[in-house]
Amino acid sequence: MANEVFDRVKKIIVDRLSVDEDKITLDATFKDDLGADSLDIVELIMELEDEFDLEISDEDAEKISTVGDVVTYISEHQG
Amino acid sequence: MSTGRVSIVTGASRGIGRAIAIELGKDGGNVVVNYQGRSEAAEETAAAIRANGGQALVVQADVSVAADVERLVAAALDAFGQIDVLVNNAGITRDGLLMRMKDEDWDAVHNTNLRGAFLLIREVTRPMMKRRQGSIINITSVVGQIGNAGQVNYSAAKAGLIGLTKSVAKELASRNITVNAVAPGYIETEMTQMLGEEAANAMRAGIPLGRAGTPEDVAAAVAFLTSSKARYITGQVLNVDGGMVM
Repeated sequence: MANEVFDRVKKIIVDRLSVDEDKITLDATFKDDLGADSLDIVELIMELEDEFDLEISDEDAEKISTVGDVVTYISEHQG
Repeated sequence: MSTGRVSIVTGASRGIGRAIAIELGKDGGNVVVNYQGRSEAAEETAAAIRANGGQALVVQADVSVAADVERLVAAALDAFGQIDVLVNNAGITRDGLLMRMKDEDWDAVHNTNLRGAFLLIREVTRPMMKRRQGSIINITSVVGQIGNAGQVNYSAAKAGLIGLTKSVAKELASRNITVNAVAPGYIETEMTQMLGEEAANAMRAGIPLGRAGTPEDVAAAVAFLTSSKARYITGQVLNVDGGMVM
């Protein structure tokens, strides 16, 4: 399940941030490793919400810093 | 220049909004003509756009209602696939002296003139950001800059639009989206006809160019600010007022 989520998340990140797929590891941070600014992160969150049909609160969104955080969050909250 | 470009103009059934919609529809532009109450007037605007060779889509929506705004933007995307220009023009007045102003008069003016602009901008931002391109114009007013007795609600909402313009300009600049405001002065429209002859004469006396403006004067400023010629201009207020405010 987590692997499937990771693949879908990866695809969205590649599209949105135009980064190489190799750079997207579970440990990669959005800001430092993937070069995302605050608007990129807002856009990513919104696309993830659409893709996985869930709502990520601002409070939870603030805690997300790595790709792994996203995969864990989605795996835990998916209906 | 506007070939294929897609613009949404709120409150485009008459007055300044109609002139802006017609201007943006020139040279093959696609225009979403939004109106709140007067469908016949909106259809007239659309007919004028089509007569100039542009495409027009008429959409009824109350800009102060989030669900209406979502539907309006979705209709624009369905019809034309993208949004290049948003003009927040929809505006109402509920004039009266502060001491006698009802809560509802304050709220109604803020909901349409300020909240409406916020809702529209929030809704178009995502499609504009994806394309790394867009231009947003908020139609404010000189009374938002210098105040006007009898219009505490309207002038506060219009001043609010200026703050909104500048903050959004800063938020979206990195995505190549420009956000500017146009501040008309005394423009001859149905809205200003309600002022009465005495007030109108007093207005004219305060205009260095000595005459009232036309909706087309305002539309020309919007056309410039939304064109590639203005691509390095953002967060500004352009007064179209015959020199009333300097």
